[in-house]
Amino acid sequence: MKKHIIGAAVALGTLISTVSMSFAEELLVPHLTYRVGPFAANGTMGANAITDYFTMLNERDGGIGGLKVNPEECETGYNAQKGVECYESYRGKNPLMHIPNSTGITLQLLQKAPEDEVPIFTMGYGLSAAAKGETFPWAFNYPASYWSQMTSILSYIDSETGLKGKKIAFLYLDGGYGREPLPLLDKLEPKMGFETVRIPVAFADSQNQGSQWLTIRKEKPDWVIMWGWGVMNITAVKEAAKTRFPLDRFIGNWWSGGHVDVEALGMKAKGYKASNFTPAGRDFPVVQDVIKHVVSKGLTKTEPDMPGKVLYNRSLFMAVVMAEAIIEAQKLTGKANVTGADVRKGFEMIKLDEARLKELGFEGFTPVIGSCADHEGQGSIFVQQWNGKDWEKITDFIPPMTDIVQPLLTEAADTYKSDKPGWKTQNCS
Amino acid sequence: MEILHMIFIAPFLDMVALPDLFFQGLWDGFVGGTLYALLALGFVLIFKASGVFNFSQPILMVLAALALVSFYEMGINPWISVALVLLLMYALAYGVERVILRNLVNQDGNILFMSTIGLTFVIIGAAQWIFGGVPRSMIHAELGFPVGSSEWPMFGGAVYFEHIDISAVVLASSLIAILAVFFSKTKIGRGLRAVADDHQAALSVGISLNQIWVIVWFVAGIVALVGGLFWGARSDVSFALQIIGLKALPVLIIGGFTSVPGAIIGGLIIGLGEKIFEIYWGPMMGGSVEGWFAYVIALVFLLFKPQGLFGEKIIERV
Repeated sequence: MKKHIIGAAVALGTLISTVSMSFAEELLVPHLTYRVGPFAANGTMGANAITDYFTMLNERDGGIGGLKVNPEECETGYNAQKGVECYESYRGKNPLMHIPNSTGITLQLLQKAPEDEVPIFTMGYGLSAAAKGETFPWAFNYPASYWSQMTSILSYIDSETGLKGKKIAFLYLDGGYGREPLPLLDKLEPKMGFETVRIPVAFADSQNQGSQWLTIRKEKPDWVIMWGWGVMNITAVKEAAKTRFPLDRFIGNWWSGGHVDVEALGMKAKGYKASNFTPAGRDFPVVQDVIKHVVSKGLTKTEPDMPGKVLYNRSLFMAVVMAEAIIEAQKLTGKANVTGADVRKGFEMIKLDEARLKELGFEGFTPVIGSCADHEGQGSIFVQQWNGKDWEKITDFIPPMTDIVQPLLTEAADTYKSDKPGWKTQNCS
Repeated sequence: MEILHMIFIAPFLDMVALPDLFFQGLWDGFVGGTLYALLALGFVLIFKASGVFNFSQPILMVLAALALVSFYEMGINPWISVALVLLLMYALAYGVERVILRNLVNQDGNILFMSTIGLTFVIIGAAQWIFGGVPRSMIHAELGFPVGSSEWPMFGGAVYFEHIDISAVVLASSLIAILAVFFSKTKIGRGLRAVADDHQAALSVGISLNQIWVIVWFVAGIVALVGGLFWGARSDVSFALQIIGLKALPVLIIGGFTSVPGAIIGGLIIGLGEKIFEIYWGPMMGGSVEGWFAYVIALVFLLFKPQGLFGEKIIERV
């Protein structure tokens, strides 16, 4: 019996030391994916790109700071409940950050992050108010919040046709993500003198938008702005063409401007516009490195023609911001084996300016400059237009209306905080 | 007072002010309703044969559409691709009968229902593994269906008719009519009704349960292919198509789970009702009402006609 107890103790000790060793030997970067379900096409491309980038770093550079990166996936099917289950499954494994890949899941995890001291990074999605670093020390939505993006789009419309007195139909996926800009529009309409018609599209009606577009036909808006995702986008562009709505007055947000949204339509989608902050193309040195070290070697699930597409490049960019946060954390602490709390500080120290972007092979992407107080970076966007075969960048970077957005973000962050007694904040002054 | 005006006056004034829009809504609702009827028909056939709500019908539609596009992308002639999909649907029907239904004969309806849920996930996994998750374009043009649209000028405006929608209405209506005749006038149809009433009684008079099940699942596969073809043409061919398949549920509640004419009438009521309600009353309620409005209509029918318009009245003697 005694032998058995000693044997069990030795085995347990070996197991614990093995687990500890595994913590020390890799940098765990879990990301929640949706390779199945109705948004699988988009989710698969994003998941592949993030994994590909870290695989490339492992192959080319031996990881980050000498430690291999483990970009572990957890499948959510874009379901918030499964997202929370995934999050919980990483407790005690020293995840360096969480990547929810869904606004709905983000809203659930935001409340857990301060307790668990693991940062949440939501590039181009999530809660806009998370931009305020003092109220949300553990959340980051570089390079711009949805609200910032909306003001950039409105600036573009203003430059094209003027905004005052115009009627804008806002077509959005009826959920946390799509509703996110509504409070901003409530504030901006009277201030800027335009009118919006809000047209939600229920998830179940993503492929059946006839009624929404008849409403648009009835309302005769000057512009349509879309906050769509997945199959909703391609259906909307089809319906717009069917309704004879001029496609050059139809502009999607950065999640409505992937190749997957228009490629199948070809010339029928010609003229449709979308905002973006991650240019498409395979000539970027980073894309070439991924092809050389990962895709060509067959170390990926990525199909060979995917690198260079808008959503693929976007997720590569997401991964580089994640990697930069880890690098900054390693610099700060002087050790390779950092923790989530270290990486949080790393996120605040990110300085992805034009020079650093060029060095990393991302020249032409939106710069990301972090700070304690600013967790969105107030990044600019550009507008791209579908020419029937590919996306064409048609504007320079358009900055957000910071003077308008920042007070509103502060107000929204304060409201969030006031609803959560005991909410942990930080002082950045 | 204002609210009463918004509900009872304003929508009708809008209809009169923009009659072209009203007729466009009617046409779009009619097309949608016809396709809903087709979706519902797939459910009805299997319910009649086995008394089970076939949860896997929407994924059958996705599978058929994905297979069609994939065969074509492999360089196969589009019509031979159609034939191959039909072969696949037959193989699936045969497999379902051999592996699932034969082993569950005379089991409780809930068990059969659960087995179709299981089948759904098996098909999702297998289809994703084989075809991948990337959305594709439907090959309706390659199959010779007309593309483009026509305008019908009306009251200073116009009603637009997409040629593919016209094809959808014609083909779906024809298919529904053929199936209605097939299942009411032929020996197989009578066999189907006998099986639906009582498995054991049907067996005792020499009807081959297994054969009927294979035929019915195969026909449901054909219906799924036609549904997938036209719904795929309206958006794209991806796994998201299965969501639209569940729109058949309120149609079935209205028309009855066992009635082919019920599926047609139910489909048209939902298609037209939700479209007109969304356009004229939806904005008042914040929009996006058609999804739940279909269920409101279904609920009203449930209250007054629990078996649906044409469903079989269930009489249980104690």
